[in-house]
Amino acid sequence: MKTTLLVAGLSAFMLAAPVHATDVHTRTIASTCFACHGNNGVSNGAIPSIAGLDKAYFVKTMQDFKSGARPASIMKRHASGYTDAEFVAMGDYFASLKK
Amino acid sequence: MTINRRDFLKVSGAGAASTLIAGCATQSAPTVAKASPKVVVVGAGFGGATCAKYLRTWGPNIEVTLIDPNDNFISCPISNWVIGGMKTMADITRSYDKLPSQYGVKMVKDYVVAIDTKARIVKTKGGGSFSYDRLVLSPGVDIRTDLVGGFKEAEAAGKVVHAWKAGAQTALLRKQLVNMPDGGVFVMSVPTVPYRCPPGPYERASLVADYFTKAKPKSKIILLDGNPDIVSKKPLFMGVWNTLYKGMIDYRPNNAPYRVNGDTMTVTTEFDEVKGDVLNVVPPQRAGAVCEMAGVRTAANDNWCPVNLTTFESTTTPNVHIIGDSVSAALPKSGHMANNMAKVCASAIVELLAGRNPDTVPVITNTCYSAVSDTKAGYVANVWRWEGAKGYVSQPDGGATAVPDELNKAYNESWASNIWSDVLG
Ligand SMILES: Cc1cc2nc3c(=O)[nH]c(=O)nc-3n(C[C@H](O)[C@H](O)[C@H](O)COP(=O)(O)OP(=O)(O)OC[C@H]3O[C@@H](n4cnc5c(N)ncnc54)[C@H](O)[C@@H]3O)c2cc1C
Ligand code: HEC
Repeated sequence: MKTTLLVAGLSAFMLAAPVHATDVHTRTIASTCFACHGNNGVSNGAIPSIAGLDKAYFVKTMQDFKSGARPASIMKRHASGYTDAEFVAMGDYFASLKK
Repeated sequence: MTINRRDFLKVSGAGAASTLIAGCATQSAPTVAKASPKVVVVGAGFGGATCAKYLRTWGPNIEVTLIDPNDNFISCPISNWVIGGMKTMADITRSYDKLPSQYGVKMVKDYVVAIDTKARIVKTKGGGSFSYDRLVLSPGVDIRTDLVGGFKEAEAAGKVVHAWKAGAQTALLRKQLVNMPDGGVFVMSVPTVPYRCPPGPYERASLVADYFTKAKPKSKIILLDGNPDIVSKKPLFMGVWNTLYKGMIDYRPNNAPYRVNGDTMTVTTEFDEVKGDVLNVVPPQRAGAVCEMAGVRTAANDNWCPVNLTTFESTTTPNVHIIGDSVSAALPKSGHMANNMAKVCASAIVELLAGRNPDTVPVITNTCYSAVSDTKAGYVANVWRWEGAKGYVSQPDGGATAVPDELNKAYNESWASNIWSDVLG
């Protein structure tokens, strides 16, 4: 019984498309930003919205937060937790969100 | 050929391997996808409501039932501002309406009283019975009023509150402070770690001091800390206590209350017996009672719930996930954290129910802003990345502000409004 279940699980893994993991990762890390930047990146109040930002502007901004080139109250602490590849992937996603 | 669990984990990739290294032997495998799998979420607070919303967003085929006895969402974050008189109860109360209307979450207003993890059924006080493929528990903390002698009697008589769950006690504490004469004494305690919201007690003491400074400047605050030192953002809080509120806050470390008397209005610790006009004792905490019903709250973990931290599945009981304050981990118990755990958990459940492997390198972040006066705030912020055998590793540049300012106060307020809309839609 146990073996059957595990084999069923195993074949399910094999059917999964390999690219999927990247999408799931991007979608999940991008969603962590919404805690501060608002539902789907549309903010209430002083924190800026990030929905619909131009991708190139977004990537440069995140790199500048991380390096310190753009001074920030809190974004250096958050931007430093992510890689350049993640900035690019998140950039595509945020650019696609409605302002 | 027989495949045993170890072989299975070897072939199923890095994620499962790191799970094994982390000692979480009970991660259940992805299941063959059903057309409409069922997830039941218990608790519509920061963790549970977020999880329900994101399960429906990322897994529209999933039937999500969210169970909570409350009519509205009442936020603990900003509740200290109500106690300090900067905000009202209405400001921290939000509707659940969008979860059913915009996200298709089935809301059930009831209290869970039993869980059968073998048959996978959740039972409620009102007689409801809900079956699940996966269960998510986010009940917050169970406040151990039983560990402080006399607390229950004094609480029933309205003579002491913890106000560590936002609601009627928040409003009562504010009222008691307003009614207290100038020159009165406010006695407050800090529970021993781990407890919900590490900076919370110090934020509360600061905002009550702000109120006293303006409205009743002869009053005093005695802060009895069960811990040897200030647990969170020490420079930030000490900074204002030694300047803005000089001489007002009497801070006493290693002083956990073990008795409270509502008739004499006294709080007793190992070293002290203090008298106050308003008593706010915050007892020690453990994982919510519903975790006990599912057998996932373990004495070996000091009554918190051990989980596989990449999926938040219980290490003792398959198909049960725990998020938020109830989790046993060296991570702060905050609303921001519960919200982030909920997303990692929802993402993993969507994948597992679709027969796929969850993200092997999840990221979790925290930010706790704390106001120290009606104009200034500071924060602590960190990003943790899952690094296999090392678990969650705190990334460089995380940390806390030592000096509060107006800008962070504005961001604090915006954060609250934004996280509420992220949690509730
Ligand atoms: C004074 C104070 C200030 C705070 N300030 C901040 C802050 O500034 N920033 C921050 O990030 N965090 C803050 N926190 C911490 C934050 O409130 C908690 O960490 C967060 O609420 C945890 O989320 P949760 O989902 O685990 O629990 P909760 O949000 O408490 O949700 C639990 C829900 O489960 C329900 N429930 C429990 N048992 C059952 C059952 N058997 N059946 C059905 N439903 C059940 C409850 O009704 C409740 O709605 C603060 C806390 C306090 C007390
Ligand atoms: C703790 C709250 C918080 C979190 C979490 C957070 N941000 Fe920010 N963000 C801010 C604040 C505040 C600013 C304004 C700059 C500053 O002072 O740090 C900002 C500014 C920005 C800007 C600049 C916007 C512009 O118009 O130039 C971008 C882009 C951004 N954040 C992206 C992100 C991304 C992506 C994440 C998630 C990986 C994230 N933020 C997480 C609070 C947050």
